Amino acid sequence: MTGARQPRRYSAGPGSGARLRAFGLVTPLLLFVGVTFIAPLVTMLVRSVHDPVVADALPETVSLLHDWNGEGLPPEPVYAAAARELNQAREDRTLGQVAGRVNRVQSGMRSVFTRTARALEDIEAGPWRDVFSGINEAWNDPATWHAIKSTGQRFTARHYLNAVDMQRLPDGSVTRQPEERRIYLRLFWRTLLVSSAITFLCLLLGYPIAHLIAQAPPRRANLLLVLVLVPFWTSLLVRTTAWIVLLQTQGVINDLLVTLGLIGDDGRLAMIYNMTGTIVAMTHVLLPFMVLPLYSVMRTIPRDHMNAAASLGATPRQAFLRVYWPQSLPGVGAGSLLVFILAIGFYITPALVGGSDGQLISGMIAYHMQTSLNWGLAGALGGVLLLGVLVLYVLYDRLVGVERMGLS
Amino acid sequence: MTSATNRARAGRQAAIVKSAWPLAVLGRRFPAAAALTLAATLTATTPAHGDAQSLTVVSWGGSYGRAVYEAAIAPFSEATGIRVDVEDYNGGLAQIRPQVEIGNIHWDVVGLEISDAVLACEEGLLEPIDISSLPHGPDGTPAADDFVDETQVGCGAPFIYGSTVYAYNSDHIPGEMPTTMADFFDLERFPGRRGMRRIAQGNLEFALVADGVPLDEVYATLDRPEGIDRAFRKLETIRDEVIWWEAGAQPQQMLADGEVVMSTAYNGRVTHAQVLEDQPFVIVWDAQLLAFGQLGIVAGTRRLDEALEYVAFATSADVLAGIARRISYSPTRKSGMPLVTTHLAAGVDMAPHMPASPANAARALRYDWAWWVDHQDELNERFGAWLAR
Amino acid sequence: MAAATGTGPGMGRIAYLVFCAAVFLFLVAPILVIIPLSFNAEPYFTFTEGMLRLDSEAYSLRWYREIVENEAWRGSMVNSLVIGVSATVLATVLGTLAALGLASPGVPARRAIMGILISPMVTPVIIAAAGMFFFYSDLGLGQTHLGIILAHATLGVPFVVVTVTATLAAFDRNLTRAAASLGAGPWTAFRRVQLPLIAPGVISGALFAFAVSFDEVVVVLFMGGVEQRTIPRQMWSGIREQISPAILAVATFLIVFAALLLLTVEWLRRRGGGQQ
Repeated sequence: MTGARQPRRYSAGPGSGARLRAFGLVTPLLLFVGVTFIAPLVTMLVRSVHDPVVADALPETVSLLHDWNGEGLPPEPVYAAAARELNQAREDRTLGQVAGRVNRVQSGMRSVFTRTARALEDIEAGPWRDVFSGINEAWNDPATWHAIKSTGQRFTARHYLNAVDMQRLPDGSVTRQPEERRIYLRLFWRTLLVSSAITFLCLLLGYPIAHLIAQAPPRRANLLLVLVLVPFWTSLLVRTTAWIVLLQTQGVINDLLVTLGLIGDDGRLAMIYNMTGTIVAMTHVLLPFMVLPLYSVMRTIPRDHMNAAASLGATPRQAFLRVYWPQSLPGVGAGSLLVFILAIGFYITPALVGGSDGQLISGMIAYHMQTSLNWGLAGALGGVLLLGVLVLYVLYDRLVGVERMGLS
Repeated sequence: MTSATNRARAGRQAAIVKSAWPLAVLGRRFPAAAALTLAATLTATTPAHGDAQSLTVVSWGGSYGRAVYEAAIAPFSEATGIRVDVEDYNGGLAQIRPQVEIGNIHWDVVGLEISDAVLACEEGLLEPIDISSLPHGPDGTPAADDFVDETQVGCGAPFIYGSTVYAYNSDHIPGEMPTTMADFFDLERFPGRRGMRRIAQGNLEFALVADGVPLDEVYATLDRPEGIDRAFRKLETIRDEVIWWEAGAQPQQMLADGEVVMSTAYNGRVTHAQVLEDQPFVIVWDAQLLAFGQLGIVAGTRRLDEALEYVAFATSADVLAGIARRISYSPTRKSGMPLVTTHLAAGVDMAPHMPASPANAARALRYDWAWWVDHQDELNERFGAWLAR
Repeated sequence: MAAATGTGPGMGRIAYLVFCAAVFLFLVAPILVIIPLSFNAEPYFTFTEGMLRLDSEAYSLRWYREIVENEAWRGSMVNSLVIGVSATVLATVLGTLAALGLASPGVPARRAIMGILISPMVTPVIIAAAGMFFFYSDLGLGQTHLGIILAHATLGVPFVVVTVTATLAAFDRNLTRAAASLGAGPWTAFRRVQLPLIAPGVISGALFAFAVSFDEVVVVLFMGGVEQRTIPRQMWSGIREQISPAILAVATFLIVFAALLLLTVEWLRRRGGGQQ
């Protein structure tokens, strides 16, 4: 809307005026995307390394712990500061957040904190170390104080370590998480594997039909293209619902198989709420993103190349492998990259049809955002995923050019 | 590769839209029309949260949500003129914690499981509710004497009793029917997928009972690390066959669709499907997990007076009995219990469907909320990690 | 794959055609299956015997009645339209201007700018939604229509930029110069010459942007409250919590809607192509 006036303002003609005008046209959107999109991403990344909650709520305790040598239990002043600041945090209603942060480093701390703060309300004077140990035994465990010290750091690499199944011990060394807590690397790996499988399936299914469309006469090609575009335009939730209808135990496909006598009524296949459901539904959702780039490359491959190869005595197989396939490779690359990029970040479909073993890393980000409320870890997992996508995106830009994201 | 890429680009450019579209009229009017539409929609959609008269009550959806709506919310709105927005959730504190922490409070009254309620109180997430401010019983008994003692935990207002049971669809189990919790974990005698709630609470107890731990030793066993390991080991034996549900309406759906052969579920909803939808569901009451829930008011709400008014209204003996006559969850008031006679819509006697009826309660497990208050965060983290592996 | 290139009508060619037919079936059949099932008189998700016999008793409009009478679905429809239209207008206006700017020669850092503007398209929505949840809450835009409109506009921007840029790439800049030499000011030249020429691209981009917003659920899930429930958000809880054939009725409506959008975009594209 503002752009309407701008061309007149810079009506000096080509040269620097044109450049300015061009810049004036682009700036509003750049600012818009900067505020509505880039800034949120930056916020998320900041949250993955910056967490001031404990440091803000227990400033003196944290600074005294900073000087503590870490041997045995901290000295009395630390207890006194903690007593005062826990009470204050309770009044400020920040205690729950503080307790939650510490709880993530040392399990069971949430209730220790909330109960201690409540008990402290009625206690006027120290010695505070005895008071604390009288309220809860956990205060006699140095690990509790190490946990407060560690979460008291405003800037931390903890979440990123956690995101790659590592942890920092109180002595500062970095080790792998205990066996039962190593889940994220496995999940990243599973996400890559599943995305590769889906990309391969899309290529396998998409290549022949892209070829068919590219070879068809224009009218029929348009009709076939519409068939590819129908799922592309149909709501993702509708497509996912469709797969639930088809794949569930009493669903259309199982009914069909039972009717045909291929399986017994008690031998119905479990095709949904597991990895099968995720892969089938995601392949369906992403297939158009493979077909469209393939098609736009294939339609530029001159037909006479194949005819020439044939006339020179090449078998259809040779002609395909030597002539057609190499020329279609840009489409294969563009389509595969696009499908892979979209697949590794997919959330909706796995969440709805994946059950518990069909979840990808995005499901874990959602879990930490919405259920465990470990936002720092969600940010770190998101940061790792974002880095991966960014690398692929730059690669895509080099190979294909981002403004050619194949659509129609 | 490069030349091929260029060819590809040329090809795509050929497909590019290019037209002298005779819509100069549209071209001229479009920006103005766009600006108008935008302005109109933006002003039309200013958030309605400023409305001090409306209250957001958060319940659990499905047949239970409808029962609460019909018995409590709708009559409350009618009587007071306060508009009530109803939202659903599936338990836990994950949605309340950020509201209080960020200070963006949009829930007012929430139906909470007892251990969530106590945890929320300890964290300062709930407003205190004075039991004596709640209405007397119909015969004039003060509220503090009318509510069952164990439900007065000093946090929130006592609301209803309910139970987590497991149920099966008799159409989908050929031959012998399951009768015990051990049968739920027995994949050999009863093959097929199971539904379980995606949460540690309850599932660990069920696993231990199925593994042979007597009912009265379940929490003592869980209190030791090896007991928790044992529960997870038992869950591991059926893990591949479990579909995890979150919303209370899902188990009935999965049972009806045959997606699972048996599922843990909230007892009232199963009964609802039995008596109102004629579903061939059977509840196995063995090791039912009997608990109660509270109404809580989110700390810092701007509609505290209306929220308190609603809580008082919804916890009267009549309203609690009205809920119980729609879905089989008992009132937490002694005076409410005799009022629960027949199902309002189906006309059937409610007694055989109530978790506390002697036949059903013979092997009931009482939910030890105090134990869970201490352990639910830690164990749900472990449970989440276990699920993700 | 070798069979794919066979030109003669051999077995290979037949196998290839059968395979292609199967893939097309895979693409379209799941969507089509929903439509008849939405007229199921029974609360089931599969074809009843009556339906297979084409017994008229087995079909009914009960699920359509249910969604029309249900206040939550009606509200979500209004929300989806309000949010969709607003986000589309924002994305289209800003996106078109930016595409015009980017099409002029000598824009500094054109490639980088393009990369930024298109990045919302490939960034996993879950990440964008997480960041927006934090950032918009800080701005007081959590649980508001405006927050979701801004978010959806951002997600729609790449589609407008891509489509309009593609249109402009084919636009003959000499036309503007000719207009200028005939005495038209830049604004007049833009309005009378350029805009009508790129209008189909702009409208296609707008339709894409609308489709993005109309189908978006993750941002709404993270940032929206009960007042901002959209159709996809309703479907999401419907699928997660209780699948009733009412969802299929909504889905059928969305399929018809998608078909209309698709046909419009194709029609615009053909019109464009026809002028070449």
